[in-house]
Amino acid sequence: MPPALLDVADLACRRGGRKVFDRLSFSLAEGELLALVGRNGSGKTTLLRALALLVRPEAGTMRWQGNDVQAEPETWRSRLAWLGHLDGLKGDLSVRENLLVAERLRGAPEADDRLDGALVAFDLTALAARPARTLSAGQRRRAALARVAMSQAPVWLLDEPLNALDAPAQHAFRTALANHLAAGGLAIVATHANLGMPAARSLELGIAA
Amino acid sequence: MTPVLALIARDLRLVWRRPGDVAVVLAFFVVATVLFPLGIGPEPNTLSRIAAGVLWCAALFASLLSLDRLFAADYEDGTLDLLLLAPWPLELAALAKCVAHWIVTGLPLALLAPLLGVAFGLRHESLWALTASLLVGTPTLSLIGGLAAALTLGARRSGALLALLALPLCVPTLIFGAGAVETLAMGEDFTTHLLILAALALVALASTPWAMAAALRQAGE
Amino acid sequence: MPGLHFLANPARFRRFSQRALPGLALATVLALLVGLYMALIQSPPDYQQGETVRIMFLHVPSAWLAMAGYALLAALGAALLVWRHPLAALMARAAAPVGACFALVCLLTGSLWGRPMWGTYWVWDARLTSMLLLFFLYLGHIALSRAYDDSDRGDRAAAILALAGVINLPIIKFSVDWWNTLHQPASVARLGGPAIHPTILIPLLWMAGALLLLFILLVLLRTETEIDRRRLEIAEAA
Repeated sequence: MPPALLDVADLACRRGGRKVFDRLSFSLAEGELLALVGRNGSGKTTLLRALALLVRPEAGTMRWQGNDVQAEPETWRSRLAWLGHLDGLKGDLSVRENLLVAERLRGAPEADDRLDGALVAFDLTALAARPARTLSAGQRRRAALARVAMSQAPVWLLDEPLNALDAPAQHAFRTALANHLAAGGLAIVATHANLGMPAARSLELGIAA
Repeated sequence: MTPVLALIARDLRLVWRRPGDVAVVLAFFVVATVLFPLGIGPEPNTLSRIAAGVLWCAALFASLLSLDRLFAADYEDGTLDLLLLAPWPLELAALAKCVAHWIVTGLPLALLAPLLGVAFGLRHESLWALTASLLVGTPTLSLIGGLAAALTLGARRSGALLALLALPLCVPTLIFGAGAVETLAMGEDFTTHLLILAALALVALASTPWAMAAALRQAGE
Repeated sequence: MPGLHFLANPARFRRFSQRALPGLALATVLALLVGLYMALIQSPPDYQQGETVRIMFLHVPSAWLAMAGYALLAALGAALLVWRHPLAALMARAAAPVGACFALVCLLTGSLWGRPMWGTYWVWDARLTSMLLLFFLYLGHIALSRAYDDSDRGDRAAAILALAGVINLPIIKFSVDWWNTLHQPASVARLGGPAIHPTILIPLLWMAGALLLLFILLVLLRTETEIDRRRLEIAEAA
């Protein structure tokens, strides 16, 4: 077994006075995928946001290669690629402009070649010049996934990535995810649907209500 | 391109695609200004006396108009989360958004004001003083307004609440901005006022980015 | 059990206030009685202003307490943001309306005091105008803390606002003073009147002390209410 890269121990989070999860622990090694499953409101989004340091956990530690993630937030954030409920696209910018600016705002170097690859992978080449607001929900989700795939971040945090995706798009997502894992990346994915990735470990939330 | 410049460029490009947003703010500025002669009477001496105050107040209100969308648009489409997750300081991101806001709001207002000042019978030198005071003073309005926008992000009645929070904090800038023109009209040197306006801008620059970032992180929780 | 961690500090506060409140209430009433006697009956009428100078005994301490109240909001804000002290948020919610009332009392008494002297209910005096702006800052704090369904968010936003406001207060005071000297002709007297004479000083300080006790009493009482309200909110959400 390869050594764990991400170690989460006894994580607890509270939203609106209510404890959402408590004493949550898991480890993830390179190339591993963790699926977060549970009903709506079970805390999957909260856990992802806590991992991204968007929400401050009440207790527990998160370590990357042994180093406390909360002690060096900027370094940790540079390792993340995030997909939330919302797509994170500007409606008045084209798909290409959206993806380019997203990489620039991550402080990443110029990305034209990676951009073209991501557009092809999610079948967005024909739509690349169209403003994002003219796209359907599924097309926008694909553009958001292209943004994630294009980044060279080792850790993917994805919240319901399969939302609004049709079968070809879901296949494209699985391919991109498999490539990411094969290259040594990690992924934590919240989903209420079946990811369709046989090697995924899963963590169920919301059991102790 | 550094991330800060990329963010400013992105916001400017977004405004460029919707120029109507800027036009509406400038139109409001003109309409609001014109209300005063209509309400008070067109007597030239009165108008030239109240011109500086009226134009400064109208500029203040017009600046506030577009502020409640400053962070709300990013909050609603999910791009605020991406800024919160960016590996460079959030304080700089907040500052960048205020800079972009000033370029499309404060700057045009400062350049448009002298035209309206002519309609109020201001003398040449007073027009220069007015423009200079607005150029130095409106950045402070963008910064204070940005703070109010960040604090009211996602709140109920955010538009009115934003104005309630921002306006008292903008009073010093208003006093010295309009005061610069008054002082010139009394025959004295107005550069002290410009220096005080610049000092106010520096205080705002030194304090608001941190408060804005703290408020934006609250919104992300 | 939901909210158990929350009860730790406020429980201690409860025990403290249960013991302190009766004595504090008694002290406040006595202090106010003595102070009002000194102010209304014992101290002499002013040779210029007559009986109306007695309003000063309410007006000046109200001004001090309004300013101290905002400084308290800023301190509580810092306690909330830096140390995440749960009681700080509740006490800030309790204290803001009390401070705002003192600011309002200051404005109203200032208006009443000015009427016999200048024939109008309001003059744009530097101190009254600064107090008016402080009143608006209070309103902003109160409105912001209650503008969110999530109370924590409202508390923390108001805390940031209080800190930004407290930095601004000296700047606002400075700019309003300057504005006043620019626009007011020199002949208008300051609302403060002549220099404070020793026979007025003692009743003034006594009234200030009595009103300070009243301020503390009101804040403690309201903090208790806020604790109960927050516990109810947590119980409803669970």
